[in-house]
Amino acid sequence: MNDTGTLPDVEQIDVKAVDHKESGSLYKKREKIHPKRVNGTYRSLKWWIMIVTLGIYYVTPWLRWDRGPGAPDQAVLIDLPGRRFYFFFIEIWPQEVYYLTGMLVMAGLGLFFITSLVGRAWCGYACWQTVWTDLFVYVERWIEGDRAARIRLDKEPMSASKAGKRILKYIVWLLISVATGGAWVFYFADAPSLAIDLVTFNALPVAYITVLVLTFTTFTAGGFMREQICIYMCPWPRIQGAMMDEESAVVTYRGDRGEPRGPHKKGSSWEGRGDCVDCNQCIAACPTGIDIRNGLQLECISCALCIDACDSVMAKVGRPAGLIAYASVAGEERRRRGENAGVRMARPRTLFYFGLWAAVGLFMIWALISRSDLDINVLHDRNPLFVALKDGRIQNGYTFKILNKAREQRIMVLSIEGLPGARLKVVGSSDSGDDATPFFTAEPDRVHSFRLFVSAPGDIVKSDSMPIRFVLSDQGTRARAQYDTVFRGPGK
Amino acid sequence: MAEKHIDDVTGVETTGHEWDGVRELNNPLPNWWRWIFYACIVWSVGYFVAYPAWPLVSSYTKGMLGYSSRAAVAAEVAMAKESQKVHLDKLKKASLQDIRTEPELLNFALAGGRSAFNVNCSQCHGSGAQGAKGYPNLNDDEWLWGGTLDAIHHTITHGVRNADGEQARDSAMPAFLKDEVLEAAQINDVAEFVLALSGQKGDAAAAERGKAIFAEQCVSCHGENGQGNAEFGAPALNNGIWLYGGDKETLVETISYSRSGVMPAWGKILDPVVVKQLAIYIHSLGGGQ
Repeated sequence: MNDTGTLPDVEQIDVKAVDHKESGSLYKKREKIHPKRVNGTYRSLKWWIMIVTLGIYYVTPWLRWDRGPGAPDQAVLIDLPGRRFYFFFIEIWPQEVYYLTGMLVMAGLGLFFITSLVGRAWCGYACWQTVWTDLFVYVERWIEGDRAARIRLDKEPMSASKAGKRILKYIVWLLISVATGGAWVFYFADAPSLAIDLVTFNALPVAYITVLVLTFTTFTAGGFMREQICIYMCPWPRIQGAMMDEESAVVTYRGDRGEPRGPHKKGSSWEGRGDCVDCNQCIAACPTGIDIRNGLQLECISCALCIDACDSVMAKVGRPAGLIAYASVAGEERRRRGENAGVRMARPRTLFYFGLWAAVGLFMIWALISRSDLDINVLHDRNPLFVALKDGRIQNGYTFKILNKAREQRIMVLSIEGLPGARLKVVGSSDSGDDATPFFTAEPDRVHSFRLFVSAPGDIVKSDSMPIRFVLSDQGTRARAQYDTVFRGPGK
Repeated sequence: MAEKHIDDVTGVETTGHEWDGVRELNNPLPNWWRWIFYACIVWSVGYFVAYPAWPLVSSYTKGMLGYSSRAAVAAEVAMAKESQKVHLDKLKKASLQDIRTEPELLNFALAGGRSAFNVNCSQCHGSGAQGAKGYPNLNDDEWLWGGTLDAIHHTITHGVRNADGEQARDSAMPAFLKDEVLEAAQINDVAEFVLALSGQKGDAAAAERGKAIFAEQCVSCHGENGQGNAEFGAPALNNGIWLYGGDKETLVETISYSRSGVMPAWGKILDPVVVKQLAIYIHSLGGGQ
């Protein structure tokens, strides 16, 4: 508030004229944010998470796993032309895509669980947008300097040195982006071979296009769009609000301790005032440029850099840390009342999320363990349903497929249950004879399709549909696969 | 015209019209949108010149690049045929027995035979080859003209009772009533005998009488026990499979007026390799010998 001094009877009201156009406008031009560097626990935690996540992303395609001759030796490979997904010792066929579904469900539930515990920790630490933006800002800080230097550089007219700095920055960003796009395509093909093909211009157009698109998106998202994605584009912030409750730990400015805020002269008393010295370091450190003192906001990605910034300032002025801290709404309530704030991690909400997540996980592990490497599919002919033979027998035709998911050739025997006097005949298989148990040779990692005819004496076929079971057993490993279907007849 | 009106809240001009107190803001299209629109117009002009675009009275503008989707399809079909050529050549050289015992050739022939069957044969023999009255069921093990690979191949190539060739399957069953070889009562007895032969219930006494007539008139083609004769295309009468029906009425009709089904000589219509594939396919339907 202003003190006019010479006119004591007139009170100057501090108010700003509201301009129609501006207040009604729904469009706000973006102001570039220059986060200031901070050091502290959470900054170190973020560096570690960045190293681990980026490390996993870039290094994994190069890991090897021997699967025998004729099989790819890459540990993690999505083989689209071959319709297989390899993950170390696991090999998934396309009809088993539910494993991927399960993983996505677990990822979703896991996110809900983490959010209910510590708020938007995903946003602040692990999201690829945050990780790459953090990396790009690090490069920018390394080349152009910290916050003040960058703001100055922005205001400067274009010069040789400014152009040089910008170009160098863009080149480093471009290299990171190309490496990111490149790492992505390496998941879909053998990494060493594809790497050589890419540089000798022998790779398929789709590989180059993918690398180009991902380079462009990484460069734009990490270099320029940054927090705009978090604030305007990403759906997660809006969902996560529903996952948090009053016990979730979120980045909180302790107003009861910090207010009233104001500049503090060294040596003066702390009586009757808050700990907040209005240094605005929290705003300067924030990658989304907000003031956490206004409370929890949509823009706050919970990266806790403001905590580190404030703690270091508090250390300088000799006050205890934790003016901004991870705290829950209910916990703060309790603290203000004088009770122990406490952390209530095990609550119905968190237990429910964890329980669901664990249940899906256990189910998937069970499915993986009990996965058999032999499968059969039998399709009954629909046209005609049955055929009457010369000697009065009834014959049904089937198309049946053997899925040999193992990596070696197998000899298998087919038998039938539920149809006394049945005879099986297979078209074309030179191994089989016209007897009750034909046998087949199945090549590794392949689906074999056969035409099969089952005939039964006319008097056995009593109704127009009899349930039968085909059993395929592997002579070597005793593995068994069975399929229940029907045998059709004329009926009464 | 409409009066200029500025909206209070947003400061934007409205369209000037008012509907029950409601007005509409008249914001201009964003520049980026406008320029993309202009770019689309320029693009479309270029497209009209280069590609088929405008219908004329009985034709259309063909475009300078000469693209036609029909030609593109024809090119794709030619490419597919090219890639099939390897297998088709192998099939051409191999014998029917060879094809049947070699899995790769067999699979190709079965697939080709199936599609050729669907196009050429299903109209008479049914979509599942189960036949109909007067059209044989190709799934069972009863064959009028023989069920070996060679016999089937011959039947498909030369057809049945057609004017085209001397190799066509041919036989003529007398129309015993029409040609006045037998009388109605005799035909009735023979029909009863055939009922008995095929295990159906009938008049035993009449069947006994019919047996003698059968031995005289029918055995020469249909065999002593009614087991049929593939040389004459004479069906077996001692089982439950009937081309025209095995009930008394139909049997009487058949004996009285005879039957003579026909089939085209596919060898004159289709490629020899296609006929080979068809033979393999039919033989694999469940009753091949």
